[in-house]
Amino acid sequence: MTAPAPFRASTPVFRIAGGLVAAAIAALVHVAIAPGEAARLEGERALVEALDLTDLALFTEARYGRHRSQADLHSAFQDGPMLAEHFPAGSMVPPARGFPPAGFADGEGE
Amino acid sequence: MGAWATRQRYLIDFAALSLWRHGARSLGLWLIYVLVVFVVASVILYGAAIRREANAVLDAAPDVVAQAMRMGRHEMSTGADIEKLRGLRGADRLEGRLWGYLYDTSAAANFTLQVPSGFDPRFRLERGEAIIGEGVARLRKVEAGKMLFLISPARRFLKLKVKQVLPLGSALVSSDLVLVGEADFRAFFDLPAGQYTDIAMRVRNPAEVGKIAEKSLLALPGHRMVTRADMRRTYEAIFSWREGVLVALLSGALLAFAILAFDKAAGLSAGERREIGILKAIGWDTGDVIGMKLWEGAVVSVGAFLAGTVAAYAHVFLFSAPLIEPVIKGWSTLFPRVTLTPTVDALQVATLGFFTVVPYLAAILVPIWRTASADPDRVMR
Repeated sequence: MTAPAPFRASTPVFRIAGGLVAAAIAALVHVAIAPGEAARLEGERALVEALDLTDLALFTEARYGRHRSQADLHSAFQDGPMLAEHFPAGSMVPPARGFPPAGFADGEGE
Repeated sequence: MGAWATRQRYLIDFAALSLWRHGARSLGLWLIYVLVVFVVASVILYGAAIRREANAVLDAAPDVVAQAMRMGRHEMSTGADIEKLRGLRGADRLEGRLWGYLYDTSAAANFTLQVPSGFDPRFRLERGEAIIGEGVARLRKVEAGKMLFLISPARRFLKLKVKQVLPLGSALVSSDLVLVGEADFRAFFDLPAGQYTDIAMRVRNPAEVGKIAEKSLLALPGHRMVTRADMRRTYEAIFSWREGVLVALLSGALLAFAILAFDKAAGLSAGERREIGILKAIGWDTGDVIGMKLWEGAVVSVGAFLAGTVAAYAHVFLFSAPLIEPVIKGWSTLFPRVTLTPTVDALQVATLGFFTVVPYLAAILVPIWRTASADPDRVMR
């Protein structure tokens, strides 16, 4: 009968490192196979195409947040002339410098 | 095992024991380290995934949307406007879109009412029928086959039978949609025939989009042309901005942690200096001492990087990022249950790994080298 191997402090370190690397590999495999994702994305794209959608339904709190790419420059004050922007989405969205396509008189956004 | 590997294994043994001796202190620092990596990695992964998703779905958006403008504000387009564009060569699928908002008082949420385009028979709706998004179904607690009642601001009443609930997987673009037939839409909003919210156009040759937008502007001088590239840019700007705001908010915490980690790694206590002196005195050479300390640092920093990143991956892609969602969500009552396609931007993760591991090891290296290369007798005194 052989004597049990002496305890080495590196063994638990290797075990934990092995576990973490295995978890990282599992995550990468999950990315690679991404169960059902291709079909879901295709369905989403097909819906966008069929309905002519232009925007993501992320900022639904105010009317002018829902279709950001279609909103105009006046949108921040459209609830009233004295009303500054008050929704979190509006305060955290940068001004649309892409509009108007012709650019601003001060040359900003070009 | 070769001599080199055996030697390294013994150094790791020693480094692990050293970490074990400092028990609670090592563990505390490590957990904070993991937490910091976790938060930053979550933001990075979420940002990359939502950009990719937005790009992929907006790829199918109309090439050009023409919006009528009057006195600088949005105005309805007419059937005559559409006819003017019909003559343009290269413009493929051309139609007036009908969509608008309805603030639903019972759900306290904004719905987007839209008439589905006539090109896809799957979305053809009879009078009194509706197809609704996942969010609308969730908030109003209806399902396919049930009735949905809407009241317009002008107190018009719309009674709809839900024909279908759009799949959860497409919630990112369809969560708040209520699709209704044209007759219902016009009656509900009191919209005369021949008026449209805007005009959507598809262009046969992608290289001609800019030219066609230009020609459309000549045909309809009062309109504004929004191309697909504009839509993409809008979302790119929004996500960059929000990611930036989040990272800016985090930067204070990041700096505090950097100081803590640097201090811990760089400042050797008298005990640690003594320990190095003893090791030198019993025959370790400078390379061994530095090797042992680097292994100690690598165990802490690489371990924290792996644990933090893997936890962030699970947070974002398995649990739909509950900690980041509030920043994106704002006050929206109707927030889509966003499913994101798992994606890892190798460059971003490699950068995060580099900035997690390398500065920590570098901070360790110099003081250890200085102590280890000094005379053991002087170090121990």
